[in-house]
Amino acid sequence: MPHVSRRTLRDALSVALTVGAYGVAFGAAGVAAGFTVLQTSLFSLLAFTGASQFAAVGVVASGGAVVSAVVTAALLSTRNALYSLQMAPQLEVRGWRRLLAAQITIDESTNVALAQSPQGPDAVRHGFWLTGSGVFLFWNIFTLVGALGAKSLGNPAAWGLDAAVPAAFLGLLWPRLHDARVRIVAVIATLFSLIMTPILPSGTPIIATVLVAVVAGWR
Amino acid sequence: MNSLMTWSVLLGTSALCYSIKLVGYLIPARWLANNRLQRINSLVPVVLLSALVVAQALTVKTHIVLDHRMAGVGAALAALIAKAPFPLVVFSAALTSALVYRLR
Repeated sequence: MPHVSRRTLRDALSVALTVGAYGVAFGAAGVAAGFTVLQTSLFSLLAFTGASQFAAVGVVASGGAVVSAVVTAALLSTRNALYSLQMAPQLEVRGWRRLLAAQITIDESTNVALAQSPQGPDAVRHGFWLTGSGVFLFWNIFTLVGALGAKSLGNPAAWGLDAAVPAAFLGLLWPRLHDARVRIVAVIATLFSLIMTPILPSGTPIIATVLVAVVAGWR
Repeated sequence: MNSLMTWSVLLGTSALCYSIKLVGYLIPARWLANNRLQRINSLVPVVLLSALVVAQALTVKTHIVLDHRMAGVGAALAALIAKAPFPLVVFSAALTSALVYRLR
């Protein structure tokens, strides 16, 4: 990789390390939900998109069906399709490299890459590959650490792991509540899923809230 | 949930999430250049994350259950309002929830 600017390297590394460290929380959540250490680690290697991974194991933990877990996780990752659309023309990747670029197209790699645009197209590309591969490395290492740690702890509730997962979701939601309209949508979705909980099968109230997004985003 | 089901969740989620990431590299940009679609898509994480907080903190299967987890998420909310970093948010939730669980 030809000359990477210090700023790009610093941005990429700091994001990769801090975000990667949250992998501990996912590793613990996976094991607490009943996945093995191997399965939890494979989740981070293969799915590699944080919120969706938490969602999949979270739905399983709360007694949802396989389909509910998979559909919720997939819906939560649809923004990655828009990221890949934004990145594709800037990365100018061809052939098999597209397969690699796709796997590391996530919130962090896209946002760090786009933040480098004042420094030119090379910095955007460096930001994307460095952040994406850095997060991938640390996220997977810390997932394994968290999974092994949770396995040795035993009862997840006694260590607060069952509250750590919804807290992580709240932490992921918080920065998105930047304007009043979005906050209203979040409150309606919260009430809607509470009302639907005793009515619909376990796990499906989560998917059903997409209706709220469709109605609110229609006009 | 048995091992066939956990493997199905793992492999199904991985395959779908990867396919979704690949979309932008394979299709022409104009296919998704629809304002309504983009607006709805930007709200999808907001509604799903809200519903996931509810499902994980306030329910057990199809029942609403208020227990130690709610105390934990309350602590997380306080940490977020105090602008705490993400790891501290998660840690304060776990600590509070574990304390309530053990003391009750």
